[in-house]
Amino acid sequence: MMDSTASPIVQLLGPAWPVVWTLLKIVAIALPLIIGVAYLTLAERKIIGAMQVRIGPNRVGPFGLLQPFADVFKLIFKEIVVPSGANRYLFFVAPMLALGPALAAWAVIPFSGTMVLADIHAGLLYVLAMTSIGVYGIILAGWASNSKYAFLGCLRSAAQIVSYEIAMGFALVGVLMCASSLNLSDIVRGQEGGAAYWYVWPLFPLFVVYLISGIAETNRHPFDVAEGESEIVAGFHVEYSGVAFAVFFLAEYMNMILIAALVATMFLGGWLSPWPLLNHVGIPGLGIRPFGDGLPWLLGKMALVLLIFLWIRATFPRYRYDQIMRLGWKVFIPITLVWIVFVATMMQTRWAYLFH
Amino acid sequence: MTIHAALFYFFAAILVFAALRVITARNPVHSALWLVLAFFTAAAHWLMLGAEFLAIVLVLVYVGAVMVLFLFVIMMLDVNFENLRRGFRSYLPVGITVGILVLVEMALVLVSSYLKPGVAAAGAPVAADNTRALGRLLYTDYVYPFEIAAVILLVAIVAAITLTHRRRKETKHQNPGEQVRVHARDRLRVVAMPSEKRER
Repeated sequence: MMDSTASPIVQLLGPAWPVVWTLLKIVAIALPLIIGVAYLTLAERKIIGAMQVRIGPNRVGPFGLLQPFADVFKLIFKEIVVPSGANRYLFFVAPMLALGPALAAWAVIPFSGTMVLADIHAGLLYVLAMTSIGVYGIILAGWASNSKYAFLGCLRSAAQIVSYEIAMGFALVGVLMCASSLNLSDIVRGQEGGAAYWYVWPLFPLFVVYLISGIAETNRHPFDVAEGESEIVAGFHVEYSGVAFAVFFLAEYMNMILIAALVATMFLGGWLSPWPLLNHVGIPGLGIRPFGDGLPWLLGKMALVLLIFLWIRATFPRYRYDQIMRLGWKVFIPITLVWIVFVATMMQTRWAYLFH
Repeated sequence: MTIHAALFYFFAAILVFAALRVITARNPVHSALWLVLAFFTAAAHWLMLGAEFLAIVLVLVYVGAVMVLFLFVIMMLDVNFENLRRGFRSYLPVGITVGILVLVEMALVLVSSYLKPGVAAAGAPVAADNTRALGRLLYTDYVYPFEIAAVILLVAIVAAITLTHRRRKETKHQNPGEQVRVHARDRLRVVAMPSEKRER
């Protein structure tokens, strides 16, 4: 893309240029993501505040816009306390193990037709693998803390994530059947033609299952028994303070944004605009098409999904643990199995065009 | 030495070291974590061979699911290492014999496959989209072995559940279906009571 304009730099770096260029692209994804996390926390507090007829944070900066930075600085300057009898090394590795996969999964997300870091064939599987590794951070945090509450929290979380991953995987099977590809860019292109062609319609039950499993997978309300305050204080990160706690927080919100991006990509047409005619609105000579396919649509859809997450958090009471397990194993997995068989059967009939 | 070879030796060194640590680490949780690292590096090796589907599935299944359940169980066990290590010397001859036997068998298999001329073709660069190629092969040429393997796994699941599942009488549980079907008239009885005159 920018190779021709940056040619003096390219010549200077020589063979090291591809590495530097990739690193630059990684920074270009990770940096906005971290700022997005900061403002997602603010948006969460503001939106839930509005839903509960409160004002929310409004003291730091105009409309409280600097509140996330105040929070971050507070956490940075706090002391990190290592509990006695804790496994010191794993105690510090655990937050990094939570954050690493949350960042790594972003490598295959297509931000627009050309903007994707790694356009690999098995992108969908890669995302599934990365989201399933994230649980190690939580398990090790609970175990290494040498604390009953942390340990109970991590056991709950591990069992919950492993259970809901199955339903999530089956929901993805439906998507790959419709798109007949595992590549996320191909999945988006398979939904071309407007909102009526998005996979949310033929795969509606899978969409709902994926959305709810996504909330369970990220340990968000109403599935946040892993950190149920009234039962086990704060769950797996009860012994963490300062920056180590901030890293867990970052990983959780990053996973939330990731699930939103995946829902938008697989079911809501990703970076495609809902109405193809919008591609022709604008100044054709300059190539300015403000409402055409591209990154803004993806961001808008992600924001919508995140709003639903926050809305659910503000609305529902917390599930009991056995109810969570029942929902995952006895409701979601049968629904996905039945719908996959239904889609496969319909693809052999003359209504097959509805499912592609 | 090309970059490819350098990467191979780098990953191979990590893999061998991690595998050694799996059996020498004192803490079983550490052993399990070294095994996770070993799986990860093996996946990296497969990725270098161009087998991206196998590499990702190794991470997804073994690292993402199997080892999580392993850790889950190991963390809850209270293992006494002194007891475990007590019989080390007496079992050593048996252990060494078995180890040498396994080594010889593996060497025989590997040597015979090296000597066979047709196998060299298998190392040729595979198609870029090997998920599709593998799926096509599994569901056409190898569909019967594949289905038989699937049925065996299903039987294993059913057997494991029937062996371990028992309905305990003393635990209380609810029937969500009944809870959903409940009506107000089942739970609530409205009693009409005429109001009485106040006595002066």
